[in-house]
Amino acid sequence: MQMAINSLEKKVLGVLEEVHDPEINTVSIIDLGMVEEVNVQDSVVNIKILPTFLGCPALELIKENIKKAVKSIDEVQQVNVQFINHPPWTSDRISEQGRKGLKEFGIAPPPRLMDSDGSWHVDCPFCGSTYVTMENIFGPTACRSILYCKNCKNPFEAMKPISTLM
Amino acid sequence: MTELNITTNPENKAAVVSLLFQLADDDFLYSFRGSEWLGLAPHIEEDVASSSISQDSMGHAAMFYQLLEELGLDNADALAHLRPAKERRNSILVERQNGEGYYMDVPKYDWAFAVVRNYFYTAAKKIKIESLKNSSYEPLANVAVKVNIELYYHLLHWKTWFAQLLNSTEDAKQRMQAAIEQVMKDFGDVFSLGTEGEKMVEIGLIEEEKVLVQRWKEQLKPVFESLNLSIPEIPASPAANGRNFEHTEDLESAISTLSEVYRIDTAASW
Ligand SMILES: [Zn+2]
Repeated sequence: MQMAINSLEKKVLGVLEEVHDPEINTVSIIDLGMVEEVNVQDSVVNIKILPTFLGCPALELIKENIKKAVKSIDEVQQVNVQFINHPPWTSDRISEQGRKGLKEFGIAPPPRLMDSDGSWHVDCPFCGSTYVTMENIFGPTACRSILYCKNCKNPFEAMKPISTLM
Repeated sequence: MTELNITTNPENKAAVVSLLFQLADDDFLYSFRGSEWLGLAPHIEEDVASSSISQDSMGHAAMFYQLLEELGLDNADALAHLRPAKERRNSILVERQNGEGYYMDVPKYDWAFAVVRNYFYTAAKKIKIESLKNSSYEPLANVAVKVNIELYYHLLHWKTWFAQLLNSTEDAKQRMQAAIEQVMKDFGDVFSLGTEGEKMVEIGLIEEEKVLVQRWKEQLKPVFESLNLSIPEIPASPAANGRNFEHTEDLESAISTLSEVYRIDTAASW
């Protein structure tokens, strides 16, 4: 992402911190690493967003929420939001803050490492136990899986690791 | 790499358009057939998983239609819903109905057929997408990188079902064997690139059919070996080649069903 060099850009980045994933209100789109570029030309703001999953039904909603948030800044006349596919979004773009927010919501952040056979492991976001089993790699949304903690006996979700090495 | 000239070279553009339609129509029909399973999958977890795969695949179809829209064709929704069967480029494999009956009535769908079709199709799609990552048409190469990441999970899912059912009861094995035979009958056009195929290869859009077929077989090999099965042969000449607009009646009924809502009000925002 480009560095914020002028004050309007800073303001825009500030309001984007308040635009959350529609389904996970503890994580902003900045923390998810979805904001690739913010470009300010006088009072026109151009924003490039990386979709997490191509079929994600929340994308249009996110776009509208971004527009609404940025338009709330007095100096802004126009906001253009564009989804781009290059570079591809990967789960290592999620910031430390984002990983914390996911956990708060009860979702295990995506593992940073995968085994050579493509399997991966996360700890329970509630009790921290490593004693968990994979129930369904496809969870309620494309980007999440369902697991079960055998220690605290809670089902929980995990964000899938997404990498271009796959 | 020099940039592919499609603006002043109509033959190049026709090849790009044909390939994009093949990819878009394939995923569109594949996810439509997948979505007909909603509520009917063997158990609730599978219902969630296969719906999620259908949704991803519909997202892939939407991206390919979007690339066509950007080339100056009709808008993506219209391309998906309003084109008649005789203008479609999907493989006949993905248009085949899920089994007897209709999902609103008394569906007698065949899960073995679903597993085999989905596994073989997804394995083939993975091979093509890998090749497309190096496509000379850059917008397509970029989309391929994204699709490839998501496919990883789809392939894992169907491979698991495939191996589990073939390691299961005698009854399950027999049904799976029958499904493999049925799927292979329709597999002749999956890797076909149609009449523009040579041009596609020449300008570096995708690698040639026989290279892709060989990779598909190599990919399946370890799974088949572990199950003591030999990899089925792809029919040399397809019964019908969907890449050249040859289809079965199943496509007609699929299109009329899937576009019913869209045709009621083409300007509606959903
Ligand atoms: Zn726990």
